[in-house]
Amino acid sequence: MTALVLRQGLLGPTARRLLRHPSFVLGAVLFGTVVVLALAAPWVTEVGPNRMAVRLRFQPPGEMFLLGSDNLGRSMWSRVVWGARLSLLIGAWVVALNAVFGILLGLLAGYFPRLDGPLMRLADALMAFPAVLLAIGIAAALGPSVTTVIIALAVVYIPRTARILRASVLVVRELDFVQAARAAGATDGRILRRHILPNCMAPLIVQLSFVFAYAILSEAVLSFLGLGAAPTEPSWGILIAEGRSYIREAWWLTFMPGAAIAVAVLGLNLLGDGLRDVLDPRLTVERT
Amino acid sequence: MTAAPLLQVEGLTTLFRTGRGEVAAVEDVSFALAAGEVLGIVGESGSGKSVTALSVMGLLPEPPARIGAGRIRFEGRDLLAMPARERRALRGAAMGMVFQEPMTSLNPVFTVGDQIVETIRTHDRLPLSAARDRAVATLARVGIPSPARRMQDYPHQLSGGMRQRVMIAIALACAPRLLLADEPTTALDVTIQAQLLDLMRDLQTERGMGIVLITHNMGVIAEFADRVLVMYAGRVAEEAPVEALFDAPRHPYTVGLIGATPTLEGTGGALVTIPGTLPRLGDGLPGCGFAPRCLRATAACRAAPPPMVEVAPGHRVACLHWDRPTPGEARAPRVPA
Amino acid sequence: MAAYALRRLLQSIPLLLLVSLIAFGLMKLVPGDPAMVMGGPNATADEIDAIRRNLGLDRPFWVQLGAFYWNLAQGDLGRSLLLGQPVGAAIVERLPATISIALYSMGLTLVFGLSIGIVAALRHNTIVDQAAMVIALLGVSLPNFWVGLVLIVLFSVQLGWLPTGGYVAFGDDPVGWLRSATLPAVSLALLQIGLLARITRSAMLEVLRQDYIRTARAKGLSEWKVVGKHAFANVRIPVVTVIGLIFSVLLSGSVIVETVFSVPGMGALLGNAILRRDYPLIQGGLLFVAAALMLINLLVDILYAWCDPRVRIGGDAR
Repeated sequence: MTALVLRQGLLGPTARRLLRHPSFVLGAVLFGTVVVLALAAPWVTEVGPNRMAVRLRFQPPGEMFLLGSDNLGRSMWSRVVWGARLSLLIGAWVVALNAVFGILLGLLAGYFPRLDGPLMRLADALMAFPAVLLAIGIAAALGPSVTTVIIALAVVYIPRTARILRASVLVVRELDFVQAARAAGATDGRILRRHILPNCMAPLIVQLSFVFAYAILSEAVLSFLGLGAAPTEPSWGILIAEGRSYIREAWWLTFMPGAAIAVAVLGLNLLGDGLRDVLDPRLTVERT
Repeated sequence: MTAAPLLQVEGLTTLFRTGRGEVAAVEDVSFALAAGEVLGIVGESGSGKSVTALSVMGLLPEPPARIGAGRIRFEGRDLLAMPARERRALRGAAMGMVFQEPMTSLNPVFTVGDQIVETIRTHDRLPLSAARDRAVATLARVGIPSPARRMQDYPHQLSGGMRQRVMIAIALACAPRLLLADEPTTALDVTIQAQLLDLMRDLQTERGMGIVLITHNMGVIAEFADRVLVMYAGRVAEEAPVEALFDAPRHPYTVGLIGATPTLEGTGGALVTIPGTLPRLGDGLPGCGFAPRCLRATAACRAAPPPMVEVAPGHRVACLHWDRPTPGEARAPRVPA
Repeated sequence: MAAYALRRLLQSIPLLLLVSLIAFGLMKLVPGDPAMVMGGPNATADEIDAIRRNLGLDRPFWVQLGAFYWNLAQGDLGRSLLLGQPVGAAIVERLPATISIALYSMGLTLVFGLSIGIVAALRHNTIVDQAAMVIALLGVSLPNFWVGLVLIVLFSVQLGWLPTGGYVAFGDDPVGWLRSATLPAVSLALLQIGLLARITRSAMLEVLRQDYIRTARAKGLSEWKVVGKHAFANVRIPVVTVIGLIFSVLLSGSVIVETVFSVPGMGALLGNAILRRDYPLIQGGLLFVAAALMLINLLVDILYAWCDPRVRIGGDAR
């Protein structure tokens, strides 16, 4: 019934309970900081991410460069902050595609029994592959690019999102108010839109916050393997891959972008845990 | 009651930590139980009867629970002052407990046999075969057909009534001198309830155990108990031998309880209910907990908790107005319509 | 039990067919002419033609699909372009390294994941619980290859205790194996320890609330027996169900962790295949991993039934 609470708007008691939930608040602060820094990149960095100063190569973190400088004397702070833009952008795209297709396929499978079998068998088959490995396979086939990474991660996580939505639809479909709407002659489309979907939002929102976290982690893996963006436009994964060659001389080249990933993902996980506790306490912590 | 009682509880206060601070679930409860006696504890859910039993057994999770005050003596030994290890040795051996929910009180992944044998072997260092024999004998004694075969069964393969018999067998396997039974029949069908109560009575006469029987059912009390403790809002309202309680209840709450009991004869006119509900824990009423629902209540009742008064030998009541029944109280329905 | 296992095995055949269809379809995603992509920019027209003929890309789609399944039925996963070796053989050759590290990592996961989760539940809402959950949360939030790199900096570069990479077979030199496998196993295990600890904790909290735990205490059992026997026997039921998930994470992780530590295992093989666009190897490797994972999940289901008599025996009296 938490879903019903949610429907009354986020400024009601649900929002108050979220704001009192320590892990939600901590998560929101961590992830919010990363998002704000990424959006404000031009204003929080003094030099561009690709501005080289060859005489200032491999400066350790300190007064000159907050997070040190790389093999070409580029500011790691600037590169990590600008890198956040790409990593977060990819994550946001994956979440958006998950929301759209997860909802669409989940509603179809949950509401129309004839579509349920085929759609869920397809989901089973896609989920039989380890998630990141399938993403690697898809990205390898499509060839390296940012779009590739987004498509690969979306394909991998959409079946998981659709499954979660379908499970809630199966429950909500049988509730009295849905039966009543059907008896009153409402069309399928209207029932799905007005009655079912709003009551399935809680688990969906929780899932999407975790998808964002997985997407950031997996993007780093794909980029590290050379399947992501071009090195001229660095994401966090590419920064780690670049730093790896200099790991003996300058640990900060690998450490800093990874730490940024950790902060963002930790924030999202905390946020998701809080959302789950408040919105949908029955969910388990199972995740992929 | 000349010998030292089997169980003596004095001024027991059990506190729970909640969001609103510590509240007393049981407050200043005293009673005694002689060997071979059956003490019934009655009250609505939330009146503190289960908490009392769990305090005696030492089974309340701490935190949030805590014994705030009082003494619990078993065969003269102070349970609360005893090291945990010694107290554990008594549990399951000298004192057994049967719970309300037979469906969930047995561990689903172990066989019935395992669960009885384990109890026996925890307390008596017996060879496995001897423990097994005793387990089979105990199962047979509690009325389980083909007990040797049932030893291999898992709880989910048994009916509710059978599971409760297994629970009783576990509690009795080490021949306890005290048995605490917390609503042992409430979750079962009426016919099975009667069978189990008969079984418990037989076992009681056979072994001379002291039994504390917790129930909200006055019918069960009338049939089974020697003495009765009526609890309300964590305190003792009245204590009396069973005949005295039914013949001359003194506390207005007891009067209401008896009036609200459908008699087995099926007469009794309109069913009487007691108006109002139990106060919530920690509502902090200074006076008698029953005052808000009581027709006799006066300003003095609301000022301080009424003291226990002995109104006849062995009959105690915590009411200022025990001798002044008010007209209109739920006593009437005894008169045939 | 055997009948149950057989039924589950038969049920997984249609899924396997669908899974292999996806693996086949992956190669159809390659934009343009796959032969040209595989040949690289410097390949001559003849070389590209040879690749095309080799892979049967010149034949119609349905013929290719038929050939794919025909070969699969005979256990043939195709032929690697770069190694010039059958994919199956190439994988099997590199399997021991992957499996030994996976088992090592799984051992770490079980020991630490279970104990962190159980201790956190027993000390629920204390500082111990919170610390354990912070560790678990970090485990699921840190990229594992990055953890590997950080471990290399710490233990290999700074302290010089362990090698930066490479692999020594256990049979050749157990101590050398331990030295070479520890860092990869730890970087893989961190994520799974986090997963397992979180699940164990919530399962344990749930079980400790159950009536039968109170019964166990009422029987006078020691706290060790109450938790170690009565609670744990029930906690392992939900925990077993996530073992499949943990293996899935483990197999994904091995690609990148083996690459980072230059372990000559199946993961690194796949990582290389991706870099070099060796599509038959990618396809065969993915299919092999998916099939292995399905088998693991089958074993997990059997283990689950074995742990829970309600599933194993059935026949609820209610």
